[in-house]
Amino acid sequence: MKYFINWHERQNVRQISTTCFCNEKMKQLASFVKKEFYHVFRDWKTLLMLFGLPVIQIMLFGFALTNEIKNADIVVVDNAHDLASQQITDKIAGSNFFSVRKTLRSPSQIDAAFKEGKIKLAVVFPVNFNEDLLHLNKASIQILADASDPNTATTLVNYISSIVSDYQSQLAPTANVPYAILPEVRMLYNPDLKGAPNFVPGVMAMVLLLVCVMMTSVSIVREKELGTMEVLLVSPVKPLMVIVSKAIPYLVLSLINLSAILILSVYLLDLPIKGSLLLLFAESALLIVTALSLGLLISTITSSQQSAMFASMMGMMLPTMLLSGYMFPIENMPVVLQVISNIVPAKWYYIIVKSVMLKGLGFSSIWKETLILTGMTVFFAILSLRNFKIRLE
Amino acid sequence: MDAITLTNISKTYNKGSVLAVDDISFNVAKGEVFGLIGPDGAGKSTIFRLLTTLLIADKGSATVAGHDVVKDFQTIRKLVGYMPGRFSLYGDLSVEENLNFFATVFNTRLEENYDLIKDIYVQLEPFKTRRAGKLSGGMKQKLALCCALIHKPEVLFLDEPTTGVDVVSRKEFWEMLSRLKKVGITILVSTSYMDEATRCDRIGLILSGKLLSINTPEATVKAYPEKLYGVKADKMYALLNDLRAYQGTLSCYTFGEHLHLSFKSSEQEVMSYMQSKKHLNIEMKPITPTVEDCFIRLLNNQNDRNSN
Amino acid sequence: MTETVISTKKLTKRFGDFVAVDEITFDVQKGEIFGFLGANGAGKTTAMRMLCGLSIPSSGEATVAGFDVFREPEEIKKNIGYMSQRFSLYDDLSVMENIEFYAGIYGLSDKEIAEKSKELIDKLGLQKEAKKLVASLPLGWKQKLSFSVAIVHQPKIVFLDEPTGGVDPSMRRQFWDLIYDAAEKGITIFVTTHYLDEAEYCNRVSIMVDGRIDALDSPSNLRKKFGVDTMDEVFYKLARKAKRSAD
Repeated sequence: MKYFINWHERQNVRQISTTCFCNEKMKQLASFVKKEFYHVFRDWKTLLMLFGLPVIQIMLFGFALTNEIKNADIVVVDNAHDLASQQITDKIAGSNFFSVRKTLRSPSQIDAAFKEGKIKLAVVFPVNFNEDLLHLNKASIQILADASDPNTATTLVNYISSIVSDYQSQLAPTANVPYAILPEVRMLYNPDLKGAPNFVPGVMAMVLLLVCVMMTSVSIVREKELGTMEVLLVSPVKPLMVIVSKAIPYLVLSLINLSAILILSVYLLDLPIKGSLLLLFAESALLIVTALSLGLLISTITSSQQSAMFASMMGMMLPTMLLSGYMFPIENMPVVLQVISNIVPAKWYYIIVKSVMLKGLGFSSIWKETLILTGMTVFFAILSLRNFKIRLE
Repeated sequence: MDAITLTNISKTYNKGSVLAVDDISFNVAKGEVFGLIGPDGAGKSTIFRLLTTLLIADKGSATVAGHDVVKDFQTIRKLVGYMPGRFSLYGDLSVEENLNFFATVFNTRLEENYDLIKDIYVQLEPFKTRRAGKLSGGMKQKLALCCALIHKPEVLFLDEPTTGVDVVSRKEFWEMLSRLKKVGITILVSTSYMDEATRCDRIGLILSGKLLSINTPEATVKAYPEKLYGVKADKMYALLNDLRAYQGTLSCYTFGEHLHLSFKSSEQEVMSYMQSKKHLNIEMKPITPTVEDCFIRLLNNQNDRNSN
Repeated sequence: MTETVISTKKLTKRFGDFVAVDEITFDVQKGEIFGFLGANGAGKTTAMRMLCGLSIPSSGEATVAGFDVFREPEEIKKNIGYMSQRFSLYDDLSVMENIEFYAGIYGLSDKEIAEKSKELIDKLGLQKEAKKLVASLPLGWKQKLSFSVAIVHQPKIVFLDEPTGGVDPSMRRQFWDLIYDAAEKGITIFVTTHYLDEAEYCNRVSIMVDGRIDALDSPSNLRKKFGVDTMDEVFYKLARKAKRSAD
């Protein structure tokens, strides 16, 4: 009986000590995170830069653009003169976005009209449009847009495309083999369409990477420089705690930053989020984690704040700007760069955001990109955790 | 049981090209204040980092509070307090925030071991909302000591805690250390100020990674082999140059207001030499060497060896 | 006839409400070794910055090397040398390159630079190390080199801010040999230190407490005046009553 009590007591003691242990860990983490937030908020210059930069970029863009589109002047060049071309033209004319002028015939006339700024868009039906559609189940329409105002151009092209696909579904509501009209879009004057819809995902990728990679690496390296890392290492704190507590504030800040960008782009740029907001945030969180592990990796191989900053710039910012497809289309690059672009996380994120935000696609169409990004994250995280030293060398 | 033991510890850097610590062995008894005395680059910081489990030695073994520094590093990290050579607090956090942060790092609260740090904390309290980066050198050291003591460590490692700190703060700092000793905390401290050596129970003189002597300060001084004189005259710099040129001189260097001189000739010969050089108001008296004298002697011996 | 090279009258520096340097008045003569002591936060660094033309005083007067600190800070900079405990030499340049660089920025001709560098390297016994990076030198050597570099352009005054911190006792004495040597050649030495035995090597020392100069005399007179045996005790007696303990 005596033994039993003793055993029982010991059991209790153990339980108490394990709960204490958990509480202690939580308290430690909370205290760490609090401290990180102090660092962040007391360095108001950096904070201003972090939040100011995306806001300014978005605002500038917002004011540089006008989004009002009504009765845009367009031409339809109908080389087919058949039923289908006629019906589609009527549909276009029927919408109040366009006022159609049908007077042009030759390509040179179209060019001239574009140059004079008389028209915003041209729709060209090829000869035998209806027949191709009926017999080959496949026909093309050429849509030419003046993309010097990229936002307008995209919007107009999107309208035309939706009118065409609307027509298709009317044409064959039940058919197993749908008629396929392929709009062949050519953006004139600004073929890579540097415009808000492309710009916003680009800004998102850049800001998330900027905040996470640079801030994480710099803040860890700063502790090394300060000598506080030495004290932390000679303490019961687990290295993972140091890392996680560094990551949390920047994760939070980045999500706030992300929300700010999205709010601005929706309300200022009238750029709707077509897909699921939750999916967008989830994918962004994934990129943030990628960036955090990259930042950590950089911090394990650099020993001064300067070199950490430089590594983040060279390693992340430049590839993000140049190789993600947001500034320059990847298809136009030399093959070598195209291959290299595959290891730039921002490229995949950029594709994901465009799909979700602009095209309104769901997870099923971006799972591949998500998988690649996840793979990269796991790779970087493992590499940096393995590299993170529990001693000084 | 000894609080710290080192057995034939060696450590190299840069793939063995730089020998930082060369076959060092010593023990520190529980409750002892042990001073590592030596110049910058002698290997003091390396020894501290080896003992605080931050580095792994190439050769030899070491224990802290009975635990092996390599195998049981996690246990040791719970038991020791460490103040690295440079300022190692968050300059952008206030005094209070720094303390609270380090308290949670060590799973404790400021109040828990308040008795231990009370004396120091009282001095810091008026500045508790001030950012640590804006404190003076002396105050920074006090705060760092407070942070290192917050979990009542068994062994305290203080790497050059008084470098760049003025005399008043240094005195206060050492008074705090003697109070900590009374509570039974073992202290390993390094310094480049020789006058601080006398405040340690035992000192180890370290140079170029080698321990040259381990003893109590008194015994270290007693072991000084030559007779040492304090010499003074009106023109000190000229006197220094003249005495150095004198063939009977073993060593001669400035020391405060005197020159410290040892020689192989007789007192009379030295005196008449100085007079022959037309020095006025000459004073010469035998003196007891200090730890600094011992250290200079060791340094000079080594320099001689190196140049030969 | 002695020549006054530093002269201050009620020199004051305020930062807002805080009086860092409070009406200090003193003169330093040519060739003198002047020890400028004080506890951490007493205002030494601020005072030194004003004298070097790096910081404009709030009030008072001061001339350094005959130039006014308010109106001619650029002239002052040409006539002084400065050495701080840190940042004096470039670790990634060789000994020779450092000397050439500093001699170059003070406008020495190529011929002068070549002569000076050789002279300096011979004097310090650094022949073997001349082509090595400064980073590879022991701290004591670096400090000696950086002092020599600070006086390479024959300034009237050299300001030394804790030049011997962390240096071993033997090296510190070698360093002071260089200081004596420079003083003999007529260069005025203005030096701060935490090693109070070094205060004894100065012709005169001033001790700052809370922004004011509380004592100024030769070490032996100070010891007599305070009735103690060492400068350590003099300093302790003065600095202990300091009210402010933080910068």
